[in-house]
Amino acid sequence: MSTVIIGAGHAGVQAAESLRTEGYADRIVLLDKAEHLPYQRPPLSKDYIKAGGDPAPLPLRGAAFYGEHDIDLRTGVEVVRIDSQAQLVFVKGGEPIPYNELIIAAGAEARRAHCAGNGLEGINYLRTVEDAETLRAQLDRGYGRVVVVGAGFIGLEFAAVAAQRGLDVTVIDFAQRPMQRVLSPSMSDYFTQVHTDLGVKLHFDEGLDHFVGEQGRVTAVAGTSGVTYPCDFAVVGLGVVTDEDLAAAGRIECDRGILVDEYLSTNVPHVYAIGDLAVFPSHHFGGNLRLESVQNATDMAKTVAKTIAGNPSRYDIAPWFWSNQGPVKLQIAGLADPADVVIERGNRSTGKFSQFLFRDGQLVAVESVNAPADHVAARKLLEHDAGITMEQARDHDFDLKAYARNLSSSAMTPS
Amino acid sequence: MPKITYHHAGGATDTVEVPEGTSIMRAALSNSVSGIIGECGGQTMCATCHVYVRGDVDLPEISEEEDEMLDCTADDRLNNSRLGCRVVAGRDFGEIEVDLPQSQN
Repeated sequence: MSTVIIGAGHAGVQAAESLRTEGYADRIVLLDKAEHLPYQRPPLSKDYIKAGGDPAPLPLRGAAFYGEHDIDLRTGVEVVRIDSQAQLVFVKGGEPIPYNELIIAAGAEARRAHCAGNGLEGINYLRTVEDAETLRAQLDRGYGRVVVVGAGFIGLEFAAVAAQRGLDVTVIDFAQRPMQRVLSPSMSDYFTQVHTDLGVKLHFDEGLDHFVGEQGRVTAVAGTSGVTYPCDFAVVGLGVVTDEDLAAAGRIECDRGILVDEYLSTNVPHVYAIGDLAVFPSHHFGGNLRLESVQNATDMAKTVAKTIAGNPSRYDIAPWFWSNQGPVKLQIAGLADPADVVIERGNRSTGKFSQFLFRDGQLVAVESVNAPADHVAARKLLEHDAGITMEQARDHDFDLKAYARNLSSSAMTPS
Repeated sequence: MPKITYHHAGGATDTVEVPEGTSIMRAALSNSVSGIIGECGGQTMCATCHVYVRGDVDLPEISEEEDEMLDCTADDRLNNSRLGCRVVAGRDFGEIEVDLPQSQN
């Protein structure tokens, strides 16, 4: 008997560990195409590229962890095909690996820019530790012009670090505002100010048209408006794409990711998908959803481990995210919609506040700036489906922390 | 090299030597010491690297953000509670012993 896990990111490593925690005693094979000891990705666009950043990426677990937990970690192994009939995983240059249960946790790749000039030198992505090292070397020079394509989390995290390190930074995005896909409009406005204060030049409603180069190296980014932005290098943060070929060849249903049910099971028996590539039914969202976050990877991993260990479990957890941009720590619990009613607690002029978002009178999301205690409380509220009222949110004397704490202690009492 | 001893809730201990500049959180993750999660990667944003510092070590003041997160730990905050990501070998101590909580999340 064995479980094979494809991908040793946050999701895959947590799944392996949780299988052991749940008492799974059979063989666990954990495959990853990268050669490294599995590492944490989120710091790569934050601390890792700062001045005096850590020399090595932060490992997900220590090297000895895998042996101690009897996890057969095989790095530098590329999966080429899944045969879900014969229950075999085919790898490049090796014997096929049989499985009883298969967890696909292969993550996603940075979306490449498909336009003229995209093969020029000096066009960078930011997904792997190699990408981060390339960019860190550019930043270590402490000067120069960079154009960032995409005002999402990765693009803006990088932009903030680059500006703080003395570079001339321009960001373009075809959207109307920063992090449009995930933030409320009023929080986007706040981030426009934050980046402007850092000296970042933001251009919205400005898509990528093509790259301009000389002698094989990028010298400018041309926007769809016709404006050209000169640069010494460029960073592309256009989100991610999931590799569906592997799954589709194994007759696993995909739709912009691998489709799973509430048990994280694909349409093929004994095959599960978790993390960035899994499209799952979310009651918090009210439909199918794919999320790229540590929380989603970790919690899906814990859930699928329970199921495989014999305790079938549904994935139904309120999502949360974080980002660091310049002086701002942003934490989000729940999923925002541009139409939500926003109630601000604290005061944005102090640089420490939270926005409580309501839909049909129900609390659906909380966006916190440098207010981690609000965030932790908000997660508890959403987890327990016990939102506060709009009146409570408006009442600045209302003790949110105490309310959330009582919630978690009363939840432990059987009713 | 600076030395960190981790006392697990069950009584077992792990002692590691780490290069200067390594936080108590990072040292645990890099050396397979269980009981510390470090979910946010050391951003003072998750409180899953909570430790109780033993003895009388002269550590830097608790910042406002660390203070706020320490109120959110899974196990009770005590007078000697710190976040492992905020206490750094070399800079803050040469040798330190910490107790790990029962639970981090």
